[in-house]
Amino acid sequence: MADKLKFELVTPERLLLSEEVDMVTVPGTEGDFGVLAGHAPVMSAIRPGMIDVLNDGKRSRILVYGGFADVTPAGLTVLAEQAVAEEDLDRASLDQAILDAEEDIGLAGPDQEAAQAARERLDHLKAARDALG
Amino acid sequence: MAGLKELKVRIASVKSTRKITKAMQLVAAAKLRRAQEAAVAARPYSDRMDAVIANLAATMKGAAGAPPLLVGTGSDKVHLLLVLTAERGLCGGFNSSIVRLAREHVERLKAEGKTVKLFLVGKKGYDALKRNYANLIVARGDLVGVRQLAFKQAADISQRVLKMFADGEFDVCTMFYARFQSVVSQKPTAHQLIPVDVAAREGGAPDFGGAVYEYEPDEEGILKALLPRNIASQIFRALLENAASEQGARMSAMDNATRNAGDMIDGLTLKFNRTRQAQITKELIEIISGAEAV
Repeated sequence: MADKLKFELVTPERLLLSEEVDMVTVPGTEGDFGVLAGHAPVMSAIRPGMIDVLNDGKRSRILVYGGFADVTPAGLTVLAEQAVAEEDLDRASLDQAILDAEEDIGLAGPDQEAAQAARERLDHLKAARDALG
Repeated sequence: MAGLKELKVRIASVKSTRKITKAMQLVAAAKLRRAQEAAVAARPYSDRMDAVIANLAATMKGAAGAPPLLVGTGSDKVHLLLVLTAERGLCGGFNSSIVRLAREHVERLKAEGKTVKLFLVGKKGYDALKRNYANLIVARGDLVGVRQLAFKQAADISQRVLKMFADGEFDVCTMFYARFQSVVSQKPTAHQLIPVDVAAREGGAPDFGGAVYEYEPDEEGILKALLPRNIASQIFRALLENAASEQGARMSAMDNATRNAGDMIDGLTLKFNRTRQAQITKELIEIISGAEAV
């Protein structure tokens, strides 16, 4: 068995995950990349999407928004502004949230900031829905 | 002579005050524990963020295209003071000590001929500062009705600050909050947000045994994405520290109040008993002297 990778997922509120895993696939801004133990040091911004965690043949997926991944010889640390485990996501509520966001854009009218915020939210939600597949 | 009845009423009223302060103390203690946990839980994120920024900043410093958030606008004429205070009072010197520190800074900067702008978060700070500096206040935020601080509140504040910075409304931003040291000690602190104060947390670049750190997309791109997040993260941390400090200050203030109320009740009870005895003695003397006269 190959060495394990130390994987930490941190959000501003708390340390979400800290475990030894086989492989993690990170959605980088320049494309997804897999990280195994002994990966060369990389620092990458991430786009909204799914982090794939592979451990002992089991896969778990976590949705992350905004942040960056830091690979050091010590392991992989993902700093995400928001993170939701796949189990906690549900399609129906996601679709509803997308509808709400679209409505907000329409309602925002001349308020540039509000429209921008709603658009960002919409992008996040759509990325989440795409990732769910 | 204070009547027995008045004394009784006084004692009852002090007793109910003591009940209130005691309850507030217990509530503050419970909230303090939660606030402390939140502050501890948030630490890994901001620590990592600090390390990364310090690392990147070291390589970017002196580079021509360094972002203004890092190196500043090249001037320090206009200062924005971001003052974080509580929404509620009755927490000892918590709010007033932050306000005092902010006020000292305002006066110093004014004396140096700088322009000062104020961004006030929290009702108490606004109430205290609007008296003298109403014309300097450019923005306010509030945390009314916020039960558990979330990153969103910090992100909102930082977005407003960053927008003002992008619009060239100020050159330097300093944040004021109370650092939580212990339940009995909260230290009002001034912390420079913009430009990022790198020298303050130089940890030395990490050593990867000769491996080259790769950046995706590139150092500049990462730094650009990271600096605004870092501001939000620092504000979030300050808000959490502030929340813990507020509860700590309230807890010790209410502890004092409860103790003082207890002392007062003891004093009043003593007085009450003395007065009652004096009255009885007086009545007895009257009866006895009446009997003797017969």
